[in-house]
Amino acid sequence: MIAETAQLKSKVSAPAWDAVRADFPALHQTVNGHPLIYFDNAATSQKPLPVIEALDRYYRQDNANVHRGIHELSNRATTGYEGARERVANFIHAAGSQEVIFTRGTTESINLVANTWGVANLKPGDRILLTEMEHHSNLVPWQLVAAKTGAKLVYLPVTGDEGLLNLRQLDAVLTPGVKLFAFTHISNTLGTVNPVAELVERARKVGAVTLVDAAQSAGHLPVDVRALGCDFLAFSGHKICGPTGTGVLWGRQELLDAMPPWQGGGDMISSVDFFESHWNTLPHKFEAGTPHIAGAIGLAAAMDYLDAVGRDRIWRHDQELGAYAYESMARLKGIRLFGPKVGRAGLVSFLLDDVHAHDVVTVADQFGVALRGGHHCNQPLMRKLGVASTARASFYFYNTRAEVDRFVEVLREIQRFFGV
Amino acid sequence: MFDDLNDLYQQVIIDHSKSPRNFRRLEAATRTAQGHNPLCGDNIALYLEMDGDVIKDIGFQGSGCAISKASASLLTEAVKGRSKAEVKQMFERVHDLLTKGQTSGGDLGKLEVFAGVHKFPARVKCAMLAWHATLAALDGQDQPVSTE
Repeated sequence: MIAETAQLKSKVSAPAWDAVRADFPALHQTVNGHPLIYFDNAATSQKPLPVIEALDRYYRQDNANVHRGIHELSNRATTGYEGARERVANFIHAAGSQEVIFTRGTTESINLVANTWGVANLKPGDRILLTEMEHHSNLVPWQLVAAKTGAKLVYLPVTGDEGLLNLRQLDAVLTPGVKLFAFTHISNTLGTVNPVAELVERARKVGAVTLVDAAQSAGHLPVDVRALGCDFLAFSGHKICGPTGTGVLWGRQELLDAMPPWQGGGDMISSVDFFESHWNTLPHKFEAGTPHIAGAIGLAAAMDYLDAVGRDRIWRHDQELGAYAYESMARLKGIRLFGPKVGRAGLVSFLLDDVHAHDVVTVADQFGVALRGGHHCNQPLMRKLGVASTARASFYFYNTRAEVDRFVEVLREIQRFFGV
Repeated sequence: MFDDLNDLYQQVIIDHSKSPRNFRRLEAATRTAQGHNPLCGDNIALYLEMDGDVIKDIGFQGSGCAISKASASLLTEAVKGRSKAEVKQMFERVHDLLTKGQTSGGDLGKLEVFAGVHKFPARVKCAMLAWHATLAALDGQDQPVSTE
């Protein structure tokens, strides 16, 4: 039964972190002669066995197209796919699964809102409020929709290297002309955790619709869309132990109902004539064509896995490791650290003396440490910080303090190597 | 263990990245070009002063990693006094060196220090950025060149 395939196979009852690591095959390898230390989790996470096995099982036993099928395999695929939607709804405490749209990722989720809600509701002179710490995926779609509709972009500033939203300036930018306030829950570059519920409440007072980019938060801490109070929430599956090419857009039913469809095709219609069509009900109205069935089933397996570990535990672990790394790194001479000193998520952006981020990442890789260097799809923020790029170490629940210790040693090696 | 790393970051490269030669804007420039690596956000501005078909003087400015900065610095030394045709030939040979670790047709002089880059495919673009910008400047291309 497919219903069982979405269930957790290896039950992780207590936070035995060693047992958790054992579930991730990719973590157990040497890279350039050293045990891999995977610190690129903000880009994508590794996948646990139950997720890999769910994909394998689906393709071996249940593969068929969903919905209109009458035969057994199609029934199984449909049950698995729609079961995954229920799982997502439950994962984020949505009012119902009809509010869950499967997408290719956070980027597609935000583009969907920009191209449907945005095009239908924004007029010349309306304002779209963003923050200076947005990823390009929560920035470029709004630039495109602003150009289409004549709406204007406004930004809530970030405070220097410490990277907090400057809430004292919120009143000045969150004016009644703001129709949409789109902002990230956790900054992928700074590790800042934004006060979502407070921002949403302030936005509602001026009648603005809110969109939360939860790409860095959904699999790291409990997320409850009804408690946050937002109108849209977007996240990716691959950053939370799920397959690549999966993502979610959650939206309030009344907003989704009123929105025009985005892509046209099969599955999103209720009837088609040569000259006009009628749209299917939610959520299918926004899912044209054959969806990523295996991906959705794998994503549900990932959510089962995360909840078996416990997202509150994961969050505590991430934050402790982030704080530990920040403190350990701060002891290095010549290091520049970005983002908040306290209350950060499990990632640290940094620069070592005048060594370029790409040189840091290249040398770290020779020690088996996987980092990311570059602008992190945050070019305007980089310019504001006065740097071209930073190096970044980002953690997940399978990372350890011992790995952080080794990473800091490697940073010392890098400083020696470049003679700084 | 770090033979590859030492091949990549030869002392000459570290030296040129820390004290790049011809790192200046040329007031007398007759040709300029912008190079951009969208992967890392690195930018380079290249200035050429031409005497007919020959590069009389050259300068560059910008930010970048050790490889891209050293490559630009060593390029400025290598192409000064060369004709457009000669530089185009060097471009091809440097590209061979960076991607294969060797090049036919004799020694490339100091530029041979970049032979180690071929073991780091992700870094080839860093080393090629200044060369792309030079060709663009020689061709009088107005649009910024990109490594992508």
